[in-house]
Amino acid sequence: MSSNFVLKNVTLAAGDTKDIQVSDGLIVAVGADLAADEMIDCTGLVALPGFVDLHTHLREPGFEQSETVLTGTQSAALGGFTAVHAMANTMPVADTAGVVEQVASLGIEAGYAEVFPIGAVTIGLEGKQLAELGAMANSKAQVKVFSDDGKCVHDPVIMRRALEYVKAFDGVIAQHAQEPRLTEGAQMHEGAVSAELGLTGWPSVAEESIIARDVLLAEHVDSRIHICHLSTAGSVEIIRWAKARGIKVTAEVTPHHLLLTDELVRSYDSVYKVNPPLRTEEDVEALREALIDGTIDIIATDHAPHPIESKDCEWNAAAFGMLGLETAASIAQDVLIESGKSSWTRLAEVLSSAPARIGGDDNQGQMIQTGSVANIVLIDPKATRKVVADSASKSKNSPYVGLELPGRVVHTIFKGYFTVRDAQLAQRGRH
Amino acid sequence: MKNLLSAADLNRESAIEILDIAEEMAGVNDRDIKKLPTLRGKTVVNLFFEDSTRTRISFELAEKRLSADVINFTAKGSSVSKGESLKDTAQTLEAMGADAVVIRHPSSGAAQILAHSGWIQGSIINAGDGTHEHPTQALLDAYTIRKRFHGSDSVGKGLDGVKVAIVGDILHSRVARSNLLLLNRLGAEVHFVAPPTLLPSNPSNLNAEVHFSLDEILSEIDLDVVMMLRIQSERMNASYFPSEREYSRIWGFNAHRLSKLKDSAIVMHPGPMNRGLEIDAVTADSKQSTVLEQVTNGVSVRMAVLYALLSGERNADVI
Repeated sequence: MSSNFVLKNVTLAAGDTKDIQVSDGLIVAVGADLAADEMIDCTGLVALPGFVDLHTHLREPGFEQSETVLTGTQSAALGGFTAVHAMANTMPVADTAGVVEQVASLGIEAGYAEVFPIGAVTIGLEGKQLAELGAMANSKAQVKVFSDDGKCVHDPVIMRRALEYVKAFDGVIAQHAQEPRLTEGAQMHEGAVSAELGLTGWPSVAEESIIARDVLLAEHVDSRIHICHLSTAGSVEIIRWAKARGIKVTAEVTPHHLLLTDELVRSYDSVYKVNPPLRTEEDVEALREALIDGTIDIIATDHAPHPIESKDCEWNAAAFGMLGLETAASIAQDVLIESGKSSWTRLAEVLSSAPARIGGDDNQGQMIQTGSVANIVLIDPKATRKVVADSASKSKNSPYVGLELPGRVVHTIFKGYFTVRDAQLAQRGRH
Repeated sequence: MKNLLSAADLNRESAIEILDIAEEMAGVNDRDIKKLPTLRGKTVVNLFFEDSTRTRISFELAEKRLSADVINFTAKGSSVSKGESLKDTAQTLEAMGADAVVIRHPSSGAAQILAHSGWIQGSIINAGDGTHEHPTQALLDAYTIRKRFHGSDSVGKGLDGVKVAIVGDILHSRVARSNLLLLNRLGAEVHFVAPPTLLPSNPSNLNAEVHFSLDEILSEIDLDVVMMLRIQSERMNASYFPSEREYSRIWGFNAHRLSKLKDSAIVMHPGPMNRGLEIDAVTADSKQSTVLEQVTNGVSVRMAVLYALLSGERNADVI
């Protein structure tokens, strides 16, 4: 495959039709009637900067039966992503320079997307003692995002210190907001449906109280903070208030919290078991509006693969989490484009430029313009597809199987290399 | 009907039909030879992942009186700690040719998972799933109420206009959930009475009137039935209420509160009772208490359910 090609007749986010010329991993021209050895007809396809996922569980090292860096980034490429941030809850936990460097090098070896390891905030995700954040930041992996995701940094003193400490290297803490005492044994959203189903509730206030505390802490120490997977209308209100006050907070929402509700739990099908839990229709509406109006900055997948045996069981015994990489763009399109309420420019922000900015990813999320790194995704917005269980992920716990979703990723270009072409994964990664 | 997973599986007609069959089964239970050949050659497995001697022996007796081959499979602890999953257990029973599985499981929804997973072909009867439902308990309670109010004239009747107060740990009670659904279908009016900590935070989908004060409801509503729920020991040290003494004082049923009920009203308890906590001895042993009748009726009702689900002569659509 040539490293010098022209994407012919693409539709840019703003709506104009152009050609994009790529050479040696860079966009070298955007204009009309461009020519190269290889011409690729992209009529009708929307060209956006390659997507960046700030919240992916790649599971390696330790849980390779669920996912590996290779299969996870292959899944990412099929979803239009050119970068993923790998969460720290591996085994061993990514709480040392050694582990984050290993994950980063596995990403380079795979070659399907840029892999940015996220470092744990505390040793072993135990919430007791800060991990060596500086060592991870200064390692070859150059970690900028730190999170105990899966667990909340619930001790207010540890949280305060972490927020302050990462300022030394322009890092950011990504908080999994879950008050642990309020969610002991929690199985699903606490509300009218949990009352009927007899499942222990995960109350909205357990998320909102931590977010409220942490935005105030961030204000007090003048630090940046990022809130993972907002799931409630109340959380949206707190973030809106904090932003109006000038607090440096950013927030993400997952595709599943933009589409699915706790009514699905009536089946007791544990594919719908996720943390934070699926909430109500009112919450979904509030999250969608907040993504459109900018209160929520980004979509992040929280792609959480689990092997069949972790889901093929009774609800209480099942693991929390669902797949998300290969369906995220379609759900973003549903919320922003099909609703008629927003634009492709906003979609590019929430899936690419904003997560790249929050994560400090220099070569990601760049505009489609001359001089940018050639990380590009091309989407057929008119296509619809029925989601099937088979995917590049090693796991099958997608909650969308059988649903018809809008749009399709046709090509994913990672630093000038087609990781996905005509919706087919490349045989090998970029090297 | 193939399975009984929830009281919601029954409509008014099918519920009354089961109660009517139970009347006939009660007749069998009064005979010298308490046995019918109905389920001869059928294998019924009592699959208990949670201790419950009472429910298990009630089912076992019902199965034996219908001449089924009975297997008791006790798998204590969750599938995770045990190392054998619900799926493997179910498939093992399927391989042995179980015609029906009566399942008690600590996880809400376990019976539904078993019925809809494709792991097993036989009928599934929910004998209590976590804090979700216990439909045969609701049926035996409905049977007991109907019998007390309509006596030998019970057949074909619902529970229209009967006023029932269910008192205690509503939040964690599978008995309360199943009773609510079934009592509503049979035309009864249901009141929940509990400390706010032991009620669901959002009861809007539950068709019951919620009260915090037992004394208030006793003075304001002409109750026909008071159903006391057991307080599980694990609630006692988890700040749901300050002390057993305080709980007993405010929400326990005692001789004084019994005197506020009309003579025809009954006091029920699914057992086992914590005497002196949610119910005092005077009430438990009074003529208005139906505790032992509930046990007796449990066998008849479970025979009726097994008969309705398993006996080949019946049209599957009728029940």
